[in-house]
Amino acid sequence: MDHQNHQVTEEDVEMSKPIISVKNLVKNYVMGDVEVHALRGIDLDIQQGDFVAIMGKSGSGKSTFMNILGCLDVPTRGHYLLDNVDVLTLTKDQLANLRNRKIGFVFQSFNLLSRTTALENVELPLMYNKKISSKEMQDLSIKALESVGLSSRSYHFPNQLSGGEQQRVAIARSLVNQPVVILADEPTGNLDTRTSLEVMDIFQRLNEQGITIVIVTHEADIASFTKRNVSFRDGKIIRAIEIDHPRNAREELMQMPVNVDEEEL
Amino acid sequence: MRIKNLLIAAIRSLRKNKMRTFLTMLGIIIGVASVIAMIAIGQGSKKSIQAQISTLGTNVLMIFPQASSTGGVRMEAGSSQKMTLEDVAVIKNRCSSVAYLTPQVRTSGQLVYGNLNWRTSVYGVYPDYFDIRNLKIVSGSVFTMNDDRSAAKVCVIGQTVVNNLFGENADPLGNYIRINKIPFKIVGITETKGQNAFGQDQDDMVIAPFSTVQKRMLAITYIQSMLASAKSEALIPIASQEITEVLKAKHHLGPSEDPDFTIRTQTDIAQMATSTSAIMTILLATIASISLLVGGIGIMNIMLVSVTERTREIGIRMSVGARGHDVLLQFLIEALLISLIGGLLGIVLGGIVSQLIAKLLSWPVSITIQSILMSFLFSSAIGMFFGWYPARKAARLNPIEALRYE
Ligand SMILES: Nc1ncnc2c1ncn2[C@@H]1O[C@H](COP(=O)(O)OP(=O)(O)OP(=O)(O)O)[C@@H](O)[C@H]1O
Ligand SMILES: [Mg+2]
Repeated sequence: MDHQNHQVTEEDVEMSKPIISVKNLVKNYVMGDVEVHALRGIDLDIQQGDFVAIMGKSGSGKSTFMNILGCLDVPTRGHYLLDNVDVLTLTKDQLANLRNRKIGFVFQSFNLLSRTTALENVELPLMYNKKISSKEMQDLSIKALESVGLSSRSYHFPNQLSGGEQQRVAIARSLVNQPVVILADEPTGNLDTRTSLEVMDIFQRLNEQGITIVIVTHEADIASFTKRNVSFRDGKIIRAIEIDHPRNAREELMQMPVNVDEEEL
Repeated sequence: MRIKNLLIAAIRSLRKNKMRTFLTMLGIIIGVASVIAMIAIGQGSKKSIQAQISTLGTNVLMIFPQASSTGGVRMEAGSSQKMTLEDVAVIKNRCSSVAYLTPQVRTSGQLVYGNLNWRTSVYGVYPDYFDIRNLKIVSGSVFTMNDDRSAAKVCVIGQTVVNNLFGENADPLGNYIRINKIPFKIVGITETKGQNAFGQDQDDMVIAPFSTVQKRMLAITYIQSMLASAKSEALIPIASQEITEVLKAKHHLGPSEDPDFTIRTQTDIAQMATSTSAIMTILLATIASISLLVGGIGIMNIMLVSVTERTREIGIRMSVGARGHDVLLQFLIEALLISLIGGLLGIVLGGIVSQLIAKLLSWPVSITIQSILMSFLFSSAIGMFFGWYPARKAARLNPIEALRYE
């Protein structure tokens, strides 16, 4: 089949293994008589360990693309290999398993369960993994909360947390299942400069551990912390550039005075 | 997903939505409780009617002369003068399935003892009457056929009469009371029987020998009715048939002619009373079904109102890897827990309400297993369906659609 050949050539040509490989991805939304062409043929390979920022104007199709990468939505046409699995041939249950084991998704609007503690929110992906015992579930969740610096907030409800803290809970939830890739749709969109830097710091450290990360952002500033920037326009990729020397969020955080960040905005 | 995790997820979800859980449960509680209480009231009164009908006696047949019509105007039943002691004799001799038989006349009498007086019914009957009606004597004895032949002025009185003429706990045996100015010696007192199926006090009466009442008090030559008992319950229809044939022959009526008397059996009366109480049960059951339905609509409402929130929740769960049936199972378990707990509470509440009605209104109640099962299953089914249906719809969406749901 077409995409199997494609996979073979890909591996032959580039020796390193792409964790995400999409070819000619098309997504149309039908609304009554009008058809919205959200994605008009996207080709993109993302190597293992990469850190990619997807940029572009509002309505250019970034979220649509991310949702398809995250197996939350299905494209109208095209090919998508995730970790050598042909995603579009999978059943709903297999997709659910894939989301559960290989993907961590961070939403712009957090999407935490309300009236549910931070810890229970982080446990959520593990609840759907039969191989994990209650003990492991708790240990892994506490560890994930620690890694985003929120262990002291384990028993807080989302409405008792700031936006930045909620986003960090969401990140902890996305990494608790030790995914191969973390996908984050505007993870800093609702956050101020300092909190945004903290979130980028977390991503950079996860990336250092080998996790592939893809984020969507409007801000060139945020994109400069990643290794590769891909720009969308009208459902197409118009530019992809490597960042030779990504900025280091940890260093910038340490230089930043603690109390003046509000004025800097 | 592990069953344990499913349970945890369901319980967490119920706990975090206490108000929704409580309101849903309330619908089930009210539905179940009202059905149980209503059916208990209906069944209770049916049972007590049956019990009361058995106080009529055993295998009783009542024989009334056909109401006479004077120039086309129908008179009161028993007003006919066509039935006589000869009829009694012929039935006694010819009807083998009849065990006991008595003629009966009734009048009302003003009773006087000392400075107290009381008005009640006075029955004139043979001693067989006590066997037919299962009337036990607690003090003294029944008068005899000799008393009847001599039209002796003796009587047996009920407990209500005792209470009103002599006071509670008195033993007036051997005393004389005046009934319509005639002095009667009290020879026996009947056992308390309580009210009959029609609310009459069965202890408020005087029973005297037939001829005493017929001749001395009423001064008539005919009898008002007869009371008989069949030798067994199975023989009631046979006895009825025998009496009909014998009486028709005696009254010179051909087989194709209508009889000039009517026979009512205990079975007839029981059927009549049972059908009355069945109507009441149906009425109560209707009311109960309505409250079950209202409870069900309540459950429905709560479940549907929370659909938006729950659809988002389902979206979140699916986005982290829940499969459609994981979500469905969780929602089913939630609905099941609510239904079970609500149903049990409803049964308890229904029991309490029934007992309260029994105590406060002294109304007989009887809780049936059918009413418990029916109400429980119905409200659980509603709870399950409206918990499960929106969940199923949401679980069929892809995660992003569920997350966007409004
Ligand atoms: N569910 C939907 N139904 C119909 N059209 C949609 C739907 N979702 C997105 N679109 C359309 O698809 C196009 C791409 O939307 P998308 O959300 O991917 O943009 P975006 O790049 O993420 O924008 P933003 O930066 O504002 O988040 C837009 O024109 C949008 O109106
Ligand atoms: Mg978007």
